[in-house]
Amino acid sequence: MSASDIKRLVRKFKNDIVDSSERLGMDTALVKKDNIVEIVQFLKDDDKLAYNMLRHLTCVDYLHREPRFEVIYVLYSTTNKQQVVLKAMINADDTTIDSISHLYGSANWAEREVWDMYGIKFNHHPNMRRILLYEEFEGHPLRKDYDKQTSQPRVQLLRQERDAFEEFKTYHVGESAEGSRS
Amino acid sequence: MPDSSLDMDTAGIHTEPMLLNMGPSHPAMHGTVRMILTLDGETVIKCDAEIGYLHRGFEKECENATWTQVFPYTDRLNYVSPLLNNFGFALAVEKLLGIEATPRCNYIRTIMGEISRIGDHLTCLGAGSLELGGFSGFLYAVEAREHLYDLIEEVTGARLTVSYGRVGGLKTDLTEDFAARWAFARERVMRIWEDINKLLTRNRIFLDRMEGTGVISQADAISYGLTGPMLRSTGVDYDVRKDHPYFAYGDVDFDVPVGTHGDNFDRYQVRLEEIKQSMRIIDQALARLPDGPINVDDPRVVLPEKERVYNSIEGMINHFKLVFEGIQVPAGEVYSYTEGGNGELGFYVVSNGTGKPWKVGIRSPSFYNMCPIHKFVEGGMIADIIPTFDGINMIGGEIDR
Repeated sequence: MSASDIKRLVRKFKNDIVDSSERLGMDTALVKKDNIVEIVQFLKDDDKLAYNMLRHLTCVDYLHREPRFEVIYVLYSTTNKQQVVLKAMINADDTTIDSISHLYGSANWAEREVWDMYGIKFNHHPNMRRILLYEEFEGHPLRKDYDKQTSQPRVQLLRQERDAFEEFKTYHVGESAEGSRS
Repeated sequence: MPDSSLDMDTAGIHTEPMLLNMGPSHPAMHGTVRMILTLDGETVIKCDAEIGYLHRGFEKECENATWTQVFPYTDRLNYVSPLLNNFGFALAVEKLLGIEATPRCNYIRTIMGEISRIGDHLTCLGAGSLELGGFSGFLYAVEAREHLYDLIEEVTGARLTVSYGRVGGLKTDLTEDFAARWAFARERVMRIWEDINKLLTRNRIFLDRMEGTGVISQADAISYGLTGPMLRSTGVDYDVRKDHPYFAYGDVDFDVPVGTHGDNFDRYQVRLEEIKQSMRIIDQALARLPDGPINVDDPRVVLPEKERVYNSIEGMINHFKLVFEGIQVPAGEVYSYTEGGNGELGFYVVSNGTGKPWKVGIRSPSFYNMCPIHKFVEGGMIADIIPTFDGINMIGGEIDR
């Protein structure tokens, strides 16, 4: 991302962008979480910027610090070959942020993984379930206060069928296949 | 008109979609992934994939290990091309440290990485042939891979879990006779490449199964963050090696093959061509291989020579500090990316200035390549899942971490 683009972004969202920096070849903007969808949408839809690919979405837990979490968005433009990193600040008392899965397909699973591992809830996500772990798992293992040796309760088998087929049986022939849970 | 009367009869029959559970232990679901399919006859109308059966807590383990101890873990990500993971992680830590590997190290990383990539692609092509009923294609590909594994074993001492990368350098230098061994392996791999090409590329059955199946549009591919052969098969020429050169890729000449349709056959062809390009890269890099040390001259990062460890107190303390406390990486964070076997392999590493990483976040190409699985298979036949899933080349260790 060139310096003028950064300036444009900062000017447009001056109330949301707390800080912007360029370090180790990584252009980074630290943003408030409230308008994250608008910021990402602007970066994606602007003809000149055209950040059309979400390369990576992850989260970092800085335990003894407020804001405790940072959700990281690594955006990339396949036309300009440019990259920009957005870091959205999340406080420990309100671990929610708006989903961008309607803008990028790749955000779908990535946001589920962040929910699974860090317990950050993405509002308006079509399918906010765990992805790598099982539904009965207690806690979010990549949080720094989750001890590595924590044992999990034994799952009562057959108490409930988590992936009950009934859940899928609502499909009717002729309907479009949209709405797949994937 | 017996046909139309038949149609009329079937039209009135009440049909219901059928649910089919494919995997997690299914011969064609390499590794472990579960697909819940809703079928209308043989047509897939809905597909839901469940991953995570191979989750081993990679990122959590990394946070409890020193930077150097992460290397054996990275071997077990994409276990078909472990060298590429090793070097990708080494590059990320080096970026944080602000050091640059020596020219010889960069060239060796390029050579060994490309050998690994050829092995990765051969496995994918061979398994694809096997799953479509062509067992001989698989045997040819594995024989070729065996020649490459011999090379890797000669240099690193292991076939699969190599742990060959180090921060600031490598475990060992190439062997003396590496060039001769490569020439030997190259000739045989190339001959097998020709065999596979002749056997499959114009094979009627193979074409029928591969052409036009598992199609994804360019816009969808970009939106879902596909990379590597998957993205290139749709016509986007994005290759980290070309667009953001690292190691010695800026110095060598190679082409980036792209497809046009984004179907299984294009992916197959892109992989086939990439094997040839990788060979070109290795040939050029070997011809230009510079002399000099393989490790950077920096006692904060690289273990001292054994001679110094046993004969001087400074060397011993240095060794002790590096092993027990780990490399002290300055605080900071970086997203470092390289071209893995299946696409862009990224490491989002965060350091808090100690000998252990605060976070090692992995952008595993398989994870993002698997995400649009429903786009690939919905609307197609159930049999088409097999070649499509093979084309994605999902590696369990990488997707589940």
